[in-house]
Amino acid sequence: MKKKVVVGMSGGVDSSVCAWLLKEQGYEVIGATMQIWQSDECKIEKEGSCCGISAVEDARRVAECLDIPYYVMNFRQEFRRDVIDRFTGSYLKGLTPNPCIACNRYVKWGAFLGRCSEIGADYLATGHYARVEQLPNGRYSVKRSVTAEKDQTYVLYNLTQEELAHTLMPVGEYTKPQIREFAEKLGLPVAHKKDSQDICFVEDGDYARFIKEETGSLGKSGVFKTTDGEVVGKHTGTVQYTIGQRKGLGVALGHPVYVTGIDVETGDVILGSNDDLFSDVVYATDINHMGEEHFDENKTYTAKVRYSQTSVPCHVKYVDDNTIKIEFESKVRAATPGQAAVIYDGEFIAGGGMIIRK
Amino acid sequence: MIYLDHAATTRPESAVIEAMIPFLSENYMNPSAFYQPAVRTRMQVESARRNIAGFINAPYDSIIFTSGGTESDNWAIRMGAKICEDKGRHIITTKIEHPAVLNTVRYMEEQGYEVTYLDVDATGRIDLESLKSAIRQDTVLISIMHANNEIGTIQPIKEIGKIAHEQGILFHTDAVQTFGHLKIDVDEFGIDLLSASAHKLYGPKGIGLLYIRDRKKFAKLLFGGSQELGLRPGTENVADIMGFAKAVEIADKIMDSDIEAQNALRDELKSSILKEIPGAVINENEDNHLPGTLNVTFEGVSAETILIRLDMNGICASAGSACSAGALEPSHVLTAIGKSTDEASRTIRFSIGRENTKDDIVKTVKVLKTLFA
Repeated sequence: MKKKVVVGMSGGVDSSVCAWLLKEQGYEVIGATMQIWQSDECKIEKEGSCCGISAVEDARRVAECLDIPYYVMNFRQEFRRDVIDRFTGSYLKGLTPNPCIACNRYVKWGAFLGRCSEIGADYLATGHYARVEQLPNGRYSVKRSVTAEKDQTYVLYNLTQEELAHTLMPVGEYTKPQIREFAEKLGLPVAHKKDSQDICFVEDGDYARFIKEETGSLGKSGVFKTTDGEVVGKHTGTVQYTIGQRKGLGVALGHPVYVTGIDVETGDVILGSNDDLFSDVVYATDINHMGEEHFDENKTYTAKVRYSQTSVPCHVKYVDDNTIKIEFESKVRAATPGQAAVIYDGEFIAGGGMIIRK
Repeated sequence: MIYLDHAATTRPESAVIEAMIPFLSENYMNPSAFYQPAVRTRMQVESARRNIAGFINAPYDSIIFTSGGTESDNWAIRMGAKICEDKGRHIITTKIEHPAVLNTVRYMEEQGYEVTYLDVDATGRIDLESLKSAIRQDTVLISIMHANNEIGTIQPIKEIGKIAHEQGILFHTDAVQTFGHLKIDVDEFGIDLLSASAHKLYGPKGIGLLYIRDRKKFAKLLFGGSQELGLRPGTENVADIMGFAKAVEIADKIMDSDIEAQNALRDELKSSILKEIPGAVINENEDNHLPGTLNVTFEGVSAETILIRLDMNGICASAGSACSAGALEPSHVLTAIGKSTDEASRTIRFSIGRENTKDDIVKTVKVLKTLFA
């Protein structure tokens, strides 16, 4: 009997081609779009957004084109609880969360995968630029996409072994131009659609406004201080700032300054030089082990602390079972509490965790 | 395919389609035109109107064809309230109405009307005493559905009509779920305005009607030509009117046997589910329900999962309502009868219709069993 796979379809070109690739590979493919936005009238109708009515219509047209069953599944409640509320809550705690990681962990590979197995599917597939493989040690891991610049493994470090055993990511075998070419050749209606970007639920990218609307708060107001403790200005709330930020500070000191620290208790936002942003040690907690059951403290891995960075050679030491210290061979920029530190062994994710401090 | 979603829509009878075809081809006349072929068409349209009127014991000139239940509900409420605005601006309805009614009365609220939303009990029935005490000096309209589309509960329509008339208040009922399925007598029930839709009774989509007791006092919603006794402009949807009339003719003939057959299948489905599926709860009013509608809250599995698993086995059922994107939404009706959001998200509606057989029920229960094994 054919293996059954549910493809999470966003209406974009990657997940559309994903569905086609799996159909070609002989799977019984079911298309599904996760309805995650909160109001019936989706506010986000901009091009390249990954939810909303136009996205559903695009996904439905693709399903028609591929002649596969198609469902819209409601995950509003889960998305609200596990992504939006976590996002705003983390910001107010002085963290800079990555909502895509939370969405993958709790919604896509939580609720959605659960729904897929309930309806009798063997796999969940997504259009991520990443690959899922079983390693010689028997464990599953996420492997980098063939195109480094599209690689999306960073946001997938939290997947468990059980989840990976039921996950397919066929798009990671191809480059973006190849994927677009498939879409064009097939005449998929979304072949020329723009890539999605930014935080999908913050329409204009102004996440501080979003947090204010959601929670009524911008965090504690306070002062800007230099690394020497000199007060150089005032601000209206800590959530407006993130580590490494240079623009929009409204402080002129005659030389470029960057946010290097945020204290949500006092409301202090610390400003320093670009050099102050670099560190060679990063601590992370809430560890997920992927390619290896445990990190090898003697091994050289690479790691990155931001989605868009390249990974840097490092060693990993355990502070306790669930907390690690990452010692980089060269300094990394803007390691930010709330973001992820993802550790790679060659092409594969060895594991990762949430950054707590430098 | 096993179709158990007749409350959503029904398959048009072949006799209905046959009755429509001539008016989609050679008989394409505009019934308002002067020449004889058009006059013949006019005669047929009016004969259809007469027959449908007779079906609910209404005079022929009280039936106005519309585009469907939604237009009829909009019209009845907006203009029903408007023509009485000298008397006041208070409307009474229930919490379990169809969105066509609920969203229209919400619009009326924005226009300065006050609306009382009556509660229903756990079986979905309103309390007549609550209705009486909700009535005020300035109450101008009562809009209460005949039977609910989700749980199938039938309201005490005759008693409501009596109360409304004693107080001189217009009574509108959304009879979309009952028209062609249950006996309706607009005089006996004291109905002033009634909405119906053809596609729920094995007729075509896009055609419905509003029964208007006193059309001379009523007001137009749309402006244009003088069609439909001057009350609803637009060239008549002739083919659909013919299909509607044929569907009514069939319903009139076989209503009793339909009711009996669907009640039997519903009983079968109900008792099998209660016997085979642990934890299943039926949401109903045992004595007053539509013959074919069965609403069930299951345990431990979401409605979405159940519907997809049924769909994979070629069985069509439904749950709550869908948002504009097509995702399932928790139902306001289930909330109103006291279900939690969680219970509502595990609730399915089966609606049995004319073509269903005992075998359909047996197969459906068999698939359900695998889900809860």
